[in-house]
Amino acid sequence: MIAFDNVAYNYGGGELLSEVTLRLAPGSFHFLTGPSGAGKTTLLKLAYAELLPTAGHVTIFDSDVRSLGRNDVAMTRRRIGVVHQDVQFLDHLPLAANVSLPLTVSGRTQNPRDLTDLLQWVGLGKLADALPPSLSGGERQRAALARAIIMGPDVILADEPTGNLDWEMSLRLLTLLAELNRMGKTILVATHDLNLIRQAKSLVAARVLRIRNRRIQLAGADL
Amino acid sequence: MIGSLALMFSPDRQADRVVPPTGHTAWLTTFTSAAMAFLAVFALALSLASGRLATRWADALANTATIRISAPPEQMQQQTDAVLALLSTTPGIATSRAMTDAEQQVLLAPWFGPDLPVDALPLPRLIEVTEGPEGYDGEGLRQRLAAEAPGAVLDDHTRWRRPLATAASRLNLLGWLSILLIGATMAAMITLAANAALAANAQVIRVLRLVGAQDDYIAAAFVRRFTLRAIVGAAAGAVAGMLGILLLPPVDEAGGFLTGLGFQGAGWLLPLLLPLVAGLVALFATRAAAFRKLREVQ
Repeated sequence: MIAFDNVAYNYGGGELLSEVTLRLAPGSFHFLTGPSGAGKTTLLKLAYAELLPTAGHVTIFDSDVRSLGRNDVAMTRRRIGVVHQDVQFLDHLPLAANVSLPLTVSGRTQNPRDLTDLLQWVGLGKLADALPPSLSGGERQRAALARAIIMGPDVILADEPTGNLDWEMSLRLLTLLAELNRMGKTILVATHDLNLIRQAKSLVAARVLRIRNRRIQLAGADL
Repeated sequence: MIGSLALMFSPDRQADRVVPPTGHTAWLTTFTSAAMAFLAVFALALSLASGRLATRWADALANTATIRISAPPEQMQQQTDAVLALLSTTPGIATSRAMTDAEQQVLLAPWFGPDLPVDALPLPRLIEVTEGPEGYDGEGLRQRLAAEAPGAVLDDHTRWRRPLATAASRLNLLGWLSILLIGATMAAMITLAANAALAANAQVIRVLRLVGAQDDYIAAAFVRRFTLRAIVGAAAGAVAGMLGILLLPPVDEAGGFLTGLGFQGAGWLLPLLLPLVAGLVALFATRAAAFRKLREVQ
C-alpha cells in the first residue's frame, strides 16, 4: 500500500526524519508514536504526498510520489482517507455536505441513505444540517473520520485523532477505527497517547512504531 | 486544455457551492466590468467614427480637386471656358464641371445664411475636378493654367485634407489602443479580485486538495463565478454605454461637419460583443490566477 525506503525529510532547519523504512501492508493497523515535534505529522504528510521526501523514496499504491503529477496526487488521495490533527472543514457548508465532499469533488453521485447511515455510524445522525463551527471537538473528529472513509479508501491515516477528546470519546473513535480495520482497511494512527495504544491492544492487533532521534523503530514491551 | 475549459462551463451547482461567497470581490468584479464596458463602448464609437472620417477624407484627398478662378466679371466666363477646355484635354482628369451659382450659394450658406446675394458679390468661380484612376500631373496642370487662365488656381485639397486625414487615422488608432488598455485594465482588476478571493479561501483550497479535488475542479469553481460576474457587469455597462451613444445629438443637429460619434447599421452589434470579451478576459485572468495559487498548495 504505502512504503518508505530510506526516506529523509529536511525542513531547511535540519533533518527531521532520517533513514525511515516502513511498509504498510494491506489490512494492517499501525500506531505511530513519539514525542511532540518528533516528525509524526511530517511522516503522515509524506504518506499522502502533501510533502515530498528530501531523500529516499515514498511509494503509494506502487507509484513513487515524485513521479506523480498534481492530478495523480489528487486521484491517489481519493484512495486515502485522512483525519487531520487540525480538522478542517468548509465552514459555510453543513456537516452532511462536508462529509460527502470527497464524493462531490470526484464527481461521484451519493446515495442519501448511505450518507445518513454513515453519519449515524459515527453518532452524528442528528447533526447533518449543522455548520462545522457549531460542532464540539469530538463531533468534529468523528465527522472528519466519516469524511475520510466515505470514498471507501484503502488506507486511513489519522493524525492525533483523539487529541482534543475526552477518554470516553477517544475510546469510541478508537473502536470505530478498529471496526474499519476489521473491514480490511489499512490504518496508521499517529498519537502520543500511550494509554490509547495500550487500550487498543484489546481491540485490534496493532504494531507500534516509534520515532526516536529522527529514525523509526518498532516499539516493544516498553510501552 | 479543452477539457479544462469544458469543465469551466459545465453547470455544477455542487461544485459552485464548495467556494464560499467572496464578499467584496463579487461587486468589485461586477462594477469593474460594468465601468470598463461602458468606457469601451465610447472608445469603440470613437474608433469607428474616426475610421469613417479618415476613410472619407482620404478618398476625397485622392480623387478630387478644385480650380478657383478669380477674374474681373467680363473675363470670368472666358477664363472658365478656357479652363474647362484645358481640363478636357488633360490626361488623368476623369470629369470637370463649373459649379453653378446655386451650388456655390449652398456652400456658403453655413457662413452667410441662405439669403446671400451671390450675384452682387465678386465671388470666384469654382470648377470641380474628379481625378481618373491613372492620376494627373498637378505641377504640369498648374503651369498650363498659369499660361492659359492667369486667374485660375488649382487646389488639390492636399494642404488641408492631409493633416485632417492623418489626425483622424491617429484618433482611430488611439481609440483601438484605448480599447486594448481597457481590456488590460479589466484583466488586471479581475486578477486582483480573484487573487483576493483565492487568498481568502486558502483553507478551502487546501481542504479540497486534501480530499482529492483536481486543480481543474478547484479553478473552475472560481473561474465560473468571476466569469459570470464579468459578463453580467459588462452587459450592464455596454447597455448603459449604448444608451449614452443613442442619446447623443443627431448628426444634422450637431452640425454638418461633424461626422457623428456613434454606430451605424451593423456597427450597433459590436458593443454587444463586449460582455463576451469581458467573459473571456475574466476566464483567462481568473484561471491564470487560480493555477498560480494552486501551485503553492501540494
